[in-house]
Amino acid sequence: MCRLSAITASEYTSVMEAIMALDTMKEGHDGSGLGVTLKDLGGEFESLKEYPILSGICNPVGRKKIDDYMEAKGFKVKFMWEPRITEVPGSSVTKRGQYLATAYQYPDAFMDKSDAEKATLLMQTRLDLRRQGEEDGSLYVFTFWPDVLTLKEVGDPLEVGEFFGFDKEPLLARTTLAQGRQNTNYAIYLYACHPFFLQGYCTMTNGENTAFVPNRDYLLSRKFEGYNGYNSDSEVFCHIMHFMHKQLGYPIQYYKDVITPLKDSEIAQRPEKDALLLMKRSLRQLCIDGPNCVIGFMPDGTVFMTQDSKKLRPGIIGGVPGKYALMSEECGVDQVIPNRNKDNDIIPMRYDFVTIAPGAQEVQVWNQLAG
Amino acid sequence: MESTGRLDHNSELSLLEFPYIIRWREDRCTRCGKCTAVCPTKAIEPSAMVQRIVHSDGATPLPATIRRVSHVIRQVRDIDRHCVGCGTCSLVCPNMAIVPEYNPNHKFLFHKNRGGVPYKRGGRRNDPATSTIDKLKFTRISMLTDPALDAGRHEFHIRTLLGRIPQAESLQMRVDGNRLSLADDGFIPPVREIFPIRIGGMSIGALSPPMWEGLAMGVAYLNEVENIPVVMCSGEGGLPPRLLKSRYLKYFIPQIASGYFGWDEIIHALPDMIEDPAAIEIKYGQGAKPGDGGLLMAYKVLKLIAKIRGVPMYVDLASPPTHQTKYSIEEAVAKMIQSVSMAWGFRVPVYPKISGTKTALAVLNNLARNPYAAALTIDGEDGATGAAFNVSMDKMGHPIASNLRDCYLELVKQGKQNELPLFAAGGVGKDGHLAANAAALIMLGASGVDIGKYIMQAAADCFGDEKNRCNLCNLGKCPRGITTQDPRLYKRLDADHVAERVVDVFKSAEVELKKIFAPLGRSTQLPIGMSDALAVSDQAIADRLKISYVC
Repeated sequence: MCRLSAITASEYTSVMEAIMALDTMKEGHDGSGLGVTLKDLGGEFESLKEYPILSGICNPVGRKKIDDYMEAKGFKVKFMWEPRITEVPGSSVTKRGQYLATAYQYPDAFMDKSDAEKATLLMQTRLDLRRQGEEDGSLYVFTFWPDVLTLKEVGDPLEVGEFFGFDKEPLLARTTLAQGRQNTNYAIYLYACHPFFLQGYCTMTNGENTAFVPNRDYLLSRKFEGYNGYNSDSEVFCHIMHFMHKQLGYPIQYYKDVITPLKDSEIAQRPEKDALLLMKRSLRQLCIDGPNCVIGFMPDGTVFMTQDSKKLRPGIIGGVPGKYALMSEECGVDQVIPNRNKDNDIIPMRYDFVTIAPGAQEVQVWNQLAG
Repeated sequence: MESTGRLDHNSELSLLEFPYIIRWREDRCTRCGKCTAVCPTKAIEPSAMVQRIVHSDGATPLPATIRRVSHVIRQVRDIDRHCVGCGTCSLVCPNMAIVPEYNPNHKFLFHKNRGGVPYKRGGRRNDPATSTIDKLKFTRISMLTDPALDAGRHEFHIRTLLGRIPQAESLQMRVDGNRLSLADDGFIPPVREIFPIRIGGMSIGALSPPMWEGLAMGVAYLNEVENIPVVMCSGEGGLPPRLLKSRYLKYFIPQIASGYFGWDEIIHALPDMIEDPAAIEIKYGQGAKPGDGGLLMAYKVLKLIAKIRGVPMYVDLASPPTHQTKYSIEEAVAKMIQSVSMAWGFRVPVYPKISGTKTALAVLNNLARNPYAAALTIDGEDGATGAAFNVSMDKMGHPIASNLRDCYLELVKQGKQNELPLFAAGGVGKDGHLAANAAALIMLGASGVDIGKYIMQAAADCFGDEKNRCNLCNLGKCPRGITTQDPRLYKRLDADHVAERVVDVFKSAEVELKKIFAPLGRSTQLPIGMSDALAVSDQAIADRLKISYVC
């Protein structure tokens, strides 16, 4: 089972904190990979909030492809960042190529375009580059979005963190999602590694999604270009959130009603029962049957955690105002925020949908049954 | 020198030409006559035979040959009185002296067309081979990385939706604060939540009164006592007037077919209806006999049947092969769906049923564009019927598995897989694996399945099988009393017993479905289209159905 480590805070925190938390949960993952997605970046990126950052890996051929494509599209490089790679003999991590996070200025034609048009441009650019990379394995792109940075690599999470030089020069962010991968039923393929991202929505999960095929088929048939990939059965969790929140315009907590709908008799107790019943039927094929604990962030920086409704995977939230950790294991929370009142820790159950607004001042638990 | 009688008997059939040969044991037979009295085709008759026996009477052996006349049971060699292998004779025999035995080398079809009349029968396609849906296995078992559910402990919701389901994008939702509400009270198509196995269309008339009554009682009990919302289609021929005006109507799907039998009575009963029916099925085709209409023979049109159907007694009731008002799917079918919907104020799902066919996709595409079409039922070649030409049953039609799969994948392509439910029929439970067949079809993309022949076999012990056993449904001579209007025959059938068995069947099917879905890890929603759970050890089938091959 994969291990999950997320931190949301009012101040910038080091990515290494989330990785160290993963290390405390080491018994749970086999160290087959690490994926981190950071939002609301500090350090060198603090002054570049409005510039989309292209995160990925490439070899020289891929580098040229990226440069050519981005130039042709009219993107201008604003800032280039690369991790300070530290290769240690005996390490489980092998350098795959050049790890890059490049902030671009929008093409002139898009400078005054709406956010929606910019979002479409960024998604299409990422997908075009991904397709070019899939032809020859010369490049991977994970995210292309303002103030969001992603790194993924195979190996023990702590060793990957050290490989990226985070122990010496850590990336800083207010929101960090990190997943220590347990490689089970899929070959190690970077596009199958969490977290998954689409237009500001990002999720990671531990568990398996038995309803993957109906979920995937439904999303694919929405004819939205961003609903693709699906190298992992967990990618649908991110796209379902995108679909119901961005495309359908539903408030965030209805994610719970989409992926784990209530029984009709329970829906009858909710004030919006008419809308809910229709929604349940219309989105029947997005219902999941876990086990899954889903942790993610939204475009506005809200962080959430929820569970499937029957099997439940571990998930716990603890912290203090200004800093909360959302982990799959309590020892991870202890690592990040040892000095907290553990009595206030929250372990979401089948009806709970937990959110933490940007600024990380309080944890809100929304109960699906009560609505 | 030739004898006065002919020796060659060239114009007669030998018993070896017949599909079933009677094995009669003289030593056990008490000559009670029950077997000959009960035989539906009069294939056996009492006869006399001269026997030569060696006999000795004295204290010491003094064998002598004597001849004596004895009474025997003889199988007739008239093709129109062929033994159908039903085995009713062995059922009534007190001494286990008689039993029909299947003759795999028979030449029945070479001869069963006397008078230029092709062979007609009831039942389903005579192919005892394992059907495609029976070859499918469920191979995605949740193991360790993904704990299976407990069929006995977890809550399972084994229900499906019958009715057109609006696309989420088209729902008029409003966000008030942080809460959703419906923006207006525009038209929302009616949807029923039902058990995914339905009883398919079998008419009063085709079925005997106790059979139909037993099914209906069983369905009502399942809904009202067992909380399993099974629905049942009337078949063509209407519903009993009292049922139309009862609260039980909601468990029934009246069928409108090309003869419109019973619909005058249904329409006239509309003002007195206190419940809406579950749905309305418009039958355009039947899997067992695609392109054929129905025929209820005159001798089956007794008083009750005549009243329900609104016709005189004792006349042949032929339904045309196609609806006479239908000249184009775009117009007439759409109009028919809308007209019937309108009769119930658009509160009842109305859907067509077609035979499995290569042209199913054309029908589907049309229905996908018709906002009032509530579903599509496709009836595959292994569906059964009360009466049809043998050639129609054996050679016409399309297997359900690939037909359904093509339609589902087409809906996926259009993004309408959740909008227009598909129901599959034809051979479900053919080999007794009701729940497994239903689950396989669901994972190929069906929202539910229909059964007909299976419920006759399971609930009323129908003798029929795919070696052409019995299959006398068309003659009104059903030895079980299932498909006959002859009171002497149908009094053999106890409606209460049928109802009990209907309840047994659905309760056990629900348990079996749980036993299938639990290891797959699915419980909240029916795994419609969850094709990754399926596999087959036949590469060609795997390729065609786009599922995995295993060996």
